[in-house]
Amino acid sequence: MAKKITLDASGIYYRQFNEQIREAVAAGATDIVLTNVNSQRYLVGAIEGDLNFEIQGVPGQDMCSFMRGPKVRVKANAQDGVGNTMDDGTVIIEGLAGDVVGYAMRGGKIFIKGDVGYRVGIHMKAYMEKLPTIVIGGKAGDFLGEYMAGGIILLLGMFSDKPSEPIAGRSLGTGMHGGVIYVRGEVPKEQIGPGLTAQPLDESDKLVVQGIVKEYAKELGLDAKAILASDFVKIKPFSHRPYGNLYVPA
Amino acid sequence: MLFQPINRNYHDFSIVRDKDACINCKVCIRQCAYDAHYWDESRQKVMHDNAKCVGCHRCEALCPTSALLIQKKKSEFKDNALWKPEFIKYIYKQADTGGVLLTGMGSPVGNIPVYWDKLLLDASQVTNPSIDPLREPMELKTFLGAKPVKLEFGKSKDGTPKLKTKLSPNIELNYPLMFSAMSFGSINFNLHVAMARAATELGICYNTGEGGLHKTLYQYGKNTIVQVASGRFGVHRDFLNAGAGIEIKVGQGAKPGIGGHLPGEKINEMVSVTRMVPLGSDAISPAPHHDIYSIEDLHQLIFALKEASEYRVPVSVKIAAVHNVAAIASGIVRAGADIVAIDGMRGGTGAAPGMIRDNVGIPIELALAQVDQRLRDEGIRNRASIVAAGGIRCSADVVKAIALGADACYFATAALLAVGCTLCGKCYTGKCPWGIATNDAKLAKRQNPDIAAKKMVNLVHAWGHEIEEMLGGMGLNSIESLRGNRDKLRAVGLSDTEMDILGVKHAGR
Repeated sequence: MAKKITLDASGIYYRQFNEQIREAVAAGATDIVLTNVNSQRYLVGAIEGDLNFEIQGVPGQDMCSFMRGPKVRVKANAQDGVGNTMDDGTVIIEGLAGDVVGYAMRGGKIFIKGDVGYRVGIHMKAYMEKLPTIVIGGKAGDFLGEYMAGGIILLLGMFSDKPSEPIAGRSLGTGMHGGVIYVRGEVPKEQIGPGLTAQPLDESDKLVVQGIVKEYAKELGLDAKAILASDFVKIKPFSHRPYGNLYVPA
Repeated sequence: MLFQPINRNYHDFSIVRDKDACINCKVCIRQCAYDAHYWDESRQKVMHDNAKCVGCHRCEALCPTSALLIQKKKSEFKDNALWKPEFIKYIYKQADTGGVLLTGMGSPVGNIPVYWDKLLLDASQVTNPSIDPLREPMELKTFLGAKPVKLEFGKSKDGTPKLKTKLSPNIELNYPLMFSAMSFGSINFNLHVAMARAATELGICYNTGEGGLHKTLYQYGKNTIVQVASGRFGVHRDFLNAGAGIEIKVGQGAKPGIGGHLPGEKINEMVSVTRMVPLGSDAISPAPHHDIYSIEDLHQLIFALKEASEYRVPVSVKIAAVHNVAAIASGIVRAGADIVAIDGMRGGTGAAPGMIRDNVGIPIELALAQVDQRLRDEGIRNRASIVAAGGIRCSADVVKAIALGADACYFATAALLAVGCTLCGKCYTGKCPWGIATNDAKLAKRQNPDIAAKKMVNLVHAWGHEIEEMLGGMGLNSIESLRGNRDKLRAVGLSDTEMDILGVKHAGR
């Protein structure tokens, strides 16, 4: 089979379409363009390997769930559950994304140009060389980074369709016990979860942010300098064991 | 001594040492993980501190001269029907610490009926013959998963009939039994090896719980159900494709409505690698799956898992038995689950807040009967198997559960008892002296995986034989004929409402 292949999603149910994708990958395709995608679910779900996908149209729920390795570019908006329990790879969304992006994500990168919904980056976790990273170009809904156990969330607030909203919704980072959330500019204090504070970046943070921003800007055709032209703050957990002293043996 | 806490001497157990029998060999000192026994240098003899005893009986069991007796402390508060001693002690502890009461294992609360004990089984007399399983074939084989509404047959080229209906994937079990979910981390690796080997030898399944699957255990995949819970620890595509089934854990009978919390103390190197979390950091499972806020969302996750496993294995959804469990189960089946596992309020746990464990949820017997009835009434019972869990103590409980509508039972506490657990309920300390709920290498090696596996195999063989005897006595030669056959049950001492919910008649009728 040709290394490059285009699959047309017109009028095809997700189950059959995903089967076609798996068959194409099994047959050796490495560059796969999915056209006329119209909310088919689980695209590139649990697919492994050094592969490239381009998605034309709006993919459905749980895109790239359990994915390990591929680079996926979405030319439009994405729905909920992008990168659910994702293991590795890169997802680039040229529009906005819905709720629960990167739930329990363990590795890889998700770059979103626009806004995201609620509960994004919940329970992300890092381990050894795996360091999951989410960059949000727009604004985020409530509970961004809740229960976060590892990894990096970078929130820019720049390319948003919601001018009157705060950069992050309520309960930012609530219950986080690992990882770090970087925010461009300021976060209103009342949006941050209990026990957490926004602090200035140190030199090592700045290097991390610069590195991520450069890659993000390159992938989305944006100006890294303009993004980095502002100060950032960071939100880090106050303990790796936030509930360590909660209990007494009965 | 002026500032000694009020409850210092209101401990639960006393260590009684027979001074004539004790040879000061120090076995008790080495065996106790809580330092209740110690060597008194000035007196040159073994002494003990009753306040530290948790009642695990490890020292008593291993004392070479049988010099030790662990008993409940005799000191009693003045009788008070309302203020039972545990409530008094709870208050002292909470007043000292401000802490949430933490407990281990299943609820010991006595005032909630154990309906298994109120149900009696039938046996054949005269009108149909009972069957002797020692000499006649008896079928315990059980298949878990969706069953077709009807079977269609065609003919193959040589004229023999051929099944046209495409069957859903099912889990095949030699006994209607499975080891229930206990995560690697909550119990140690030796016991996971033991469960995996025992399940393989028996032709049943064990459940990984929410802690991933260690690489060396992938070889037992055919007898493994892999669990996906809200923390998604150790969940990745290899894990999802390692087992004979995938289970989404929504709830647990011992702690419905709350998440899990493996304390940093229990996260050693191997647990860390398998869960993919840092050493010593707490592993916190959120109360809900944040990608499931509705039946539609559950459908989405069920099919995300089916896609990830390419529809090769059935997907189970485990919930705690709670109010409206029948309607919830109906939704789960309609969401596409192939198995519904229901965990009653007496189910065990490594750690649960005591108030939740003892006050939230409903008994499995009532939940099971209602779920089975509801799925039948709605004509969708064939779409999913029902697995009952939470307080299965013996083979008669299994037989009664199947008669109430279960396809199979999960059991975990019984499997731990088989390897020495004494239900002291201190699993959350990580210091289990029996080497079960601990990842301390010195303690964990008290469990030899070969011996533990053998004991688990023995237990299931024994239960299997007893189930055959009970089936045979009822004139049944297949577990299929008992499933949901409530005419084989009668109640003693239950109210009309209870009997109505259970769908059984009173004994004598």
